[in-house]
Amino acid sequence: MTTANPQALIMPADWRDFFALTKPGVMRLVIFTAVCGMLAAPGTIHPVLAFTAILCIAVGAGGAAALNQWWEADLDAVMKRTAKRPIPGGRMDRTSARDFGFALSGISVMTMGLAISWLAAGILAFSIFYYAYLYTVWLKPRTPQNIVIGGGAGAFPPLIGWIAVTGHITWMPVLLFLIIFMWTPPHFWALALFVQIDYSKAGIPMMPVVAGERSTRWQILAYAAVLLPLSMTPWFIGGTGWIYGLSALLLSGMFLWLSFKVGLRTSAPGDGMKPEKRLFAYSIFYLFILFAMLVADRFATILGLQA
Amino acid sequence: MNQPFNDRPLTAAETDALRARQRERNKVMGLILGFLVVLFFAISIVKITAKPEHAPAEGTEQAEHS
Repeated sequence: MTTANPQALIMPADWRDFFALTKPGVMRLVIFTAVCGMLAAPGTIHPVLAFTAILCIAVGAGGAAALNQWWEADLDAVMKRTAKRPIPGGRMDRTSARDFGFALSGISVMTMGLAISWLAAGILAFSIFYYAYLYTVWLKPRTPQNIVIGGGAGAFPPLIGWIAVTGHITWMPVLLFLIIFMWTPPHFWALALFVQIDYSKAGIPMMPVVAGERSTRWQILAYAAVLLPLSMTPWFIGGTGWIYGLSALLLSGMFLWLSFKVGLRTSAPGDGMKPEKRLFAYSIFYLFILFAMLVADRFATILGLQA
Repeated sequence: MNQPFNDRPLTAAETDALRARQRERNKVMGLILGFLVVLFFAISIVKITAKPEHAPAEGTEQAEHS
């Protein structure tokens, strides 16, 4: 067992630390995008089943997060941002985190299968495997493209939410998946640009550490440029109305503009990295509002406010 | 449960702290299990009362015969 402070482990872990293992901060966005995917889907679902599906997605994401922290406890211990997490902080042993992660994952997938559908449960199981194994264990320590691939894990919730309602896969939920997939690299690399010292200390091949700042900035810009037409594709294929289409244009236009500012500049020591911090903050706002507009668009169509 | 207490007896304060921590965990576990009972009961009721997907809407069957 490896922990920063083994002497502190004379007590059973506090329930709050188990809760912290599920990364509640990340879960907010997971729940929000899953609810939006569900509300935007054409069809109806009983409120109890809708609640159950969202709960399963959230608990599955929590299980994957716990497994991620079980595996990465040593890395978390050397990074300032993560050193206080329950395992590196010495408040929980690794075995408890592992068992907790597997239990949450198993319960969420089984409940999803029994209550909603086995298609949704299968995709949920794959998303947990994708994050906890493909991303955490396999790709994160091996390639600077880790975030590109890891973005897939965060892109599953709206897809699963949509499928929980309709029962089958169509282009619309796949597009929602792709939007989050393309959004993640610029979102995360903006953060990585201003915390890159931490990643190099932990030996994680994060893009700014491996390919350098210049290349990372260009790639942020490239992803933002692809995100603009991609975010509007649901409108182009007739999956949404103009309310979503125009919102996507404005929001993604702003995203591209902020990415230009990050992409075309060279940072100087001690310049505060303001454009990067602004892009990171905006990227979170962007995803919240984009998905909220997707739901607003659907309700406007139902109410007959648009064709 | 984590590490043993270094093979020494617990002090009274440590025992109290340990029991308090266990009680807190048990309470949370009880609440979660209770919640799951209610949730699974609700799911079962919804599933039992749900109409089959292609069932005719209420009243249509009689209308067809009349």
